[in-house]
Amino acid sequence: MENLGALSILLAFCLAVYAFAASAVGGWLKKPYLVVSGERAVLAVFALLTTASAILVYGLLSGDFRMVYVAAHSNRDMPLLYKFAAWWGGQEGSLLLWSWLLSLYAAIVVLTNRRRHRSFLPYVTATLMGTQVFFLILNAFIASPFKMLAVGREITAAADGRGLNPLLQYWAMAIHPPMLYLGYVGFVVPFAFALGALIAREPDESWLRTIRRWTLITWLFQSCGILLGAGWAYAVLGWGGYWGWDPVENASLLPWITATAYIHSVMMQEKKGMMKVWNIVLISATFWLCIFGTFLTRSGVVSSVHAFAQSEIGHWFVGFLALIAGVCVFVILNRLDYLKSEARLESVVSRESSFLFNNLLLLVSCFAVLWGTLFPVISEAFTGEKISVDTLFFNRVQVPIGLMLLFLTGVAPLVAWRRTSVASLKRNFLFPGAGALVLMGALFAAGVRHFYALVCFGLCLFVAWTIFLEFYRGARAIRVRAGLSLPAAAVELTRRNTRRYGGYTVHMGIVLMFVGFAGAAFNQHKQVETVVGGTFDIGRYQLKVRELREGANPNYVWNHAVIDVFVRGEPVGVLEPERRFYPASEQGTSEVAIRRRLNEDLYLNFAGMTDDQSKAVIQAYVFPLVSWIWIGFWVLLAGTLICLTPSRVKVRGTRAGEEPELAAEMAAAER
Amino acid sequence: MKTYGKFAALILVVIGTLVWLAAGGVRDSGTYYKTIGELRQMGAEAQGKRLRVGGDVEEGSIVRTGGQVRFVLHQENLRLNVIYEGTDPLPDTFRDGAQALADGKMGPDGVFRASKIQAKCASKYEAKPGTGAAAPSRAGV
Repeated sequence: MENLGALSILLAFCLAVYAFAASAVGGWLKKPYLVVSGERAVLAVFALLTTASAILVYGLLSGDFRMVYVAAHSNRDMPLLYKFAAWWGGQEGSLLLWSWLLSLYAAIVVLTNRRRHRSFLPYVTATLMGTQVFFLILNAFIASPFKMLAVGREITAAADGRGLNPLLQYWAMAIHPPMLYLGYVGFVVPFAFALGALIAREPDESWLRTIRRWTLITWLFQSCGILLGAGWAYAVLGWGGYWGWDPVENASLLPWITATAYIHSVMMQEKKGMMKVWNIVLISATFWLCIFGTFLTRSGVVSSVHAFAQSEIGHWFVGFLALIAGVCVFVILNRLDYLKSEARLESVVSRESSFLFNNLLLLVSCFAVLWGTLFPVISEAFTGEKISVDTLFFNRVQVPIGLMLLFLTGVAPLVAWRRTSVASLKRNFLFPGAGALVLMGALFAAGVRHFYALVCFGLCLFVAWTIFLEFYRGARAIRVRAGLSLPAAAVELTRRNTRRYGGYTVHMGIVLMFVGFAGAAFNQHKQVETVVGGTFDIGRYQLKVRELREGANPNYVWNHAVIDVFVRGEPVGVLEPERRFYPASEQGTSEVAIRRRLNEDLYLNFAGMTDDQSKAVIQAYVFPLVSWIWIGFWVLLAGTLICLTPSRVKVRGTRAGEEPELAAEMAAAER
Repeated sequence: MKTYGKFAALILVVIGTLVWLAAGGVRDSGTYYKTIGELRQMGAEAQGKRLRVGGDVEEGSIVRTGGQVRFVLHQENLRLNVIYEGTDPLPDTFRDGAQALADGKMGPDGVFRASKIQAKCASKYEAKPGTGAAAPSRAGV
């Protein structure tokens, strides 16, 4: 079995090399038979990697402890879900997942484009397979998942595996990495299309529409992955809330930021033929950052709360990253004439310029995150001292950037292309702006003194109001014409231009998330040691430790506290935070108990017993408004799905700078 | 060209502000990585600077009292007393024998006051003989 797996990977490697060469040469010399054979090799690579993955998964599920990977990441007593999740629970398996997903995407690209984009598809295939070759080198020669346990020349089996890292044994954890991988790997496709079109000097820009879907879907996966990670961090203790600016978190955020910038600025290219160089740079950067993120999580160049797998694959990644950067820079410089802009900026207050500033801010944000993440490496190179920065640095830079972006979210979709009149500014922004100021005044009067939180709440109202106005105005116009009720008219409106109104919905999701982020300004925290029967207060809650229990199951040993929660003397519920200890891996975890409400979460952690075992150590937190982050996420998900559904009235893909009516139709403020 | 001038001015203002904020952020949160040995050599100089010290948590040295956690970090034969006074809960990986990074300041009494602790799983978990497998990684990302 395991030999078959290793053989599949090796064959896949050979075929990927062939597919790369055949596609590149076939595209260059215009030899259709080479191109087609390259495409068939892509499908074969997918089949072979599927076989290899299936063998690994079978080994994990059946508990084949002769395999090093299985012995290290699975054990007999783990639930089936986590046995399966062990596929991406370690270095070798997760690299195989990367490869497999890439081959899956490549196969989809080949199958869906048998008749489209023929002129430059060979280059797309070659780019995809070039990346595939790199990962297959890792799978086949550096981090093989099919190593066997051996003593001398005998293959032996471990009695039982050490199990998946207990921190990974949480439902969100079973889907968080594949989501992120779907995102990371998915960005290869838009990059391959952009690079392919550029190499072939493709005159027709219809491929922009093809990859818009890819980019959006991938972006959505990436968003899901990041948010699931945040949700996991929040519910499984030890990572410091939902976001801690940890290098690994940052690594997943970086390509998300550049992809967000790309999704916005590519509209400029689609509609006005502007920012072409910028877009290709953005999509290349996104791809580069995806590989960089994969590298960062595996090489141990920066220390992180996530336990890194230390290994030698870092050098390979550095080489590949340098190669990508070199190829991108060369191709872009070599084809600059093809990327000439077809229009120019005319006014500071215009749609074009708001796109420009949106991109600028996102890029600065990305750069700041990168800078902060790599600061230990940078400072060591320049001063010889390894200096790191923490959340304070990130928050200080990112909070103002976030607020400015939030402001643009409200303003940008409503200012016109080219230039905007004062009258239209007044019509669109007078009431939302005034409303925001009134809200900020009211909050200030109510005792809120946190500057950023005040601004954030004000801006949230401002943006939400402008979005509401957009829906309202559009729906009102339809209602009169079609005789529908206002909500029905709003649905009809959305169906007529899914890109635009889906985009607004995504913006609304972002607004709700910002409400949640602003809540962090009012967090409360307390740690107490208490005996059974003891009580303590936090915020408006009174907590009473009713009893402490303990027990065991084959996977772990647990003890938990039963805590009654009261508000103004009224019992409102029982929370049961738990501590677990996993004997297989000799590790403990905390299962926090959270009382989730829309206004605030009460969050309890059972930190353990004091040394004399007489008192329980309980950490209590109140996190205001956190739920809105998750609600915002669902709205964002819905909005992106709306964007992905085709509009009922086909919006023509022509450029419409001159006709205000059509321009408004096409002003898709999509994300 | 006038429009482009306006653009340049706006961009400069935005970026300038952010650079200024970033510089402040680095100044206020910059933390120096030191080994226990280097910390000893710095002597009184070490006080007041934000430092990050790494080492192994000495077996049986973790003592929890009244919201404080005391423990000893050791590296080869150098030892450092640490008091953790932070608000974040300690990571689950923090326990006897774990590799830990303590983030904080050196007190005048020679006790390191940490406001943050990062910990990796103990090395005995990483290197079981014959497996050659690396530490448990948080699944890739």
